[in-house]
Amino acid sequence: MNIVVLVKQVPDTGAERTLSEADHTLDRESADPVLDEINERAAEEALTLKETVGADVTVVSMGPDSALDAVRKVLAMGADRGIHISDDRLRGADVVTTARVLAAAVRTVDDVDLVLAGDATTDGQAGAVPAAVADLLRLPPLTHARELTVDAGRVRVERETESGETTLDAPLPALVSVTEKINEPRYPSFKGIMAAKKKPVRTVGLDDLFPDADTAGHLVTRTRVVEAVPRPARAAGIRVTDDGSAGRRLAEYLIAQKLV
Amino acid sequence: MSGTPLKDPLDLLDIASVLSEEEREIQATVARFLTDRVRPHIGEWFETAHFARELAPELGKLGVLGMHLDGYGCAGTNAVSYGLACMELEAADSGLRSFVSVQGSLSMFSIWKWGSEEQKLQWLPRLAAGEAIGCFGLTEPDFGSNPSGMRTRAVRDGGDWILNGSKMWITNGGIADVATVWAQTEDGVRGFLVPRGTPGFTTQDIKQKMSLRASVTSELYFDDVRLPDAARLPLAQGLRGPLSCLNEARFGILFGAVGAARDSIQAALDYADSRVQFDKPISAFQLTQKKLADMSVSLGGAALLALHLGRLKDQDRIRPEQISVGKLNNVREAIAIARECRTILGANGISLEYSPLRHANNLESVLTYEGTGEMHTLVVGQALTGYPAFR
Repeated sequence: MNIVVLVKQVPDTGAERTLSEADHTLDRESADPVLDEINERAAEEALTLKETVGADVTVVSMGPDSALDAVRKVLAMGADRGIHISDDRLRGADVVTTARVLAAAVRTVDDVDLVLAGDATTDGQAGAVPAAVADLLRLPPLTHARELTVDAGRVRVERETESGETTLDAPLPALVSVTEKINEPRYPSFKGIMAAKKKPVRTVGLDDLFPDADTAGHLVTRTRVVEAVPRPARAAGIRVTDDGSAGRRLAEYLIAQKLV
Repeated sequence: MSGTPLKDPLDLLDIASVLSEEEREIQATVARFLTDRVRPHIGEWFETAHFARELAPELGKLGVLGMHLDGYGCAGTNAVSYGLACMELEAADSGLRSFVSVQGSLSMFSIWKWGSEEQKLQWLPRLAAGEAIGCFGLTEPDFGSNPSGMRTRAVRDGGDWILNGSKMWITNGGIADVATVWAQTEDGVRGFLVPRGTPGFTTQDIKQKMSLRASVTSELYFDDVRLPDAARLPLAQGLRGPLSCLNEARFGILFGAVGAARDSIQAALDYADSRVQFDKPISAFQLTQKKLADMSVSLGGAALLALHLGRLKDQDRIRPEQISVGKLNNVREAIAIARECRTILGANGISLEYSPLRHANNLESVLTYEGTGEMHTLVVGQALTGYPAFR
């Protein structure tokens, strides 16, 4: 089967992340760029399928020159080929634009059976790109998967969200987005790191994906961040000293916060 | 404060910028593995003298074991990558780096360099995968710096060999599936592969160590051990056999020591920034800054020396006395740094919560194994003057 994995390079979640003052886009200098950790699990799932049922895995990433490192990382983990979408006009791309560009890149891969993605990335947290890509590609979207099995031309996932658990089943081709619970990604082996250099990576721009200039013209990002403020510093908690009434006060607090 | 803050205060000279992408990726992968799998436990392992054997197959899967060797399941990286992996391993703990050095550079290298095709096929893939563990017996209770005096002896008995003697201070000895053992024979020093369980071959672990506690150190005993001639490493004759292996391992050490020093400085720097005395962090006091600055200068020099020797090795131009320069300087500097870092930590410096004293204690072993500082000094002395002053 042919699998396409969508991955994004994001600033390291362990570091202090900042937005640029001019247009509130991400300040990429402020933290080391790394492969997004949920996307890394999507890649791991693709590679597990490669080992268990056999698959050719293409990794797709949209981002500046440095995003090539994220592609190489997945190649080092074991993917077969990469597509890096790089175009200055994509700076600050919103969810819809991103989804249209990713969908166009997926269409360049022949006979895709399964598109895998993370259910969100740790930087934007919009969580809408996978479903939008599925819609554009007219694929059934199976989102928030914590377990995935492929068998006899169908994909089955255990979907887990805050509102509950569901089992979804769809014929291939399909799109599955995974949660961080789905697996523990492997470390790339040294052999994999050395082999990654020799694997094919195609770098494409908007003109390659949308040869019709009018179509590319519609890819204007329609959202703009007008303001960004840092999260307020965490205030000190409330200390309840037990003078016999602590239980009652605790209950009152929980009721007041609508937690019980 | 002036200018942009350093991206990595522990890489003052931006040495990362002269590494290839592949070298950086290998180094980062090892560092990430250690952060996940070793760092949370290493203080406890050191305290309880525990070697985490389950790490061996995981290290094998990454490709760490025998990584600079070609074929037989080995990763086949360049020497600099091997050095950088050792640097990260020893930044976690010298005991773990010692395990990897002995497995890859002593056990596996001795088979890879001096073994028959059958021996390579039998042992190297399993050793590379971490399914089997190897050790290397050269040092004896009475012969350390002077291995040519070794008493372990192998004599012919028909088509077989009978091995008698003992070996001391053998890393991985008690857990090894195969030992490379060097012995006197009628035609000079020869190497033999002795599998665990061979009748007459026993081991005893050395307890009550104050150093390398997260690694196994043992004594090996050979009491009329009968070995087929196929157990002999056919291509090794004379001390050149074991000494070539030691040069491989010393190469890993001269990188590894930089890691232990770097990790010590990291701990000291973090502590100095957060420890407030007289209403300011102790990192703002001149005496602390002098310590940190001097140590960083020394660390940068040691790292550059290691990298330079790595490049020479990758060009196949490295000379034994250059490895002596590296081992002598980098271990000497590393132990001085680890001890100095411990002083920045005040009373906390003696706790296993912090790495510097653990590194300093580990480096006490690194200082004397694989050639003492004194021996390496005299190797350099001989290279300069032509006189071998150690005899």
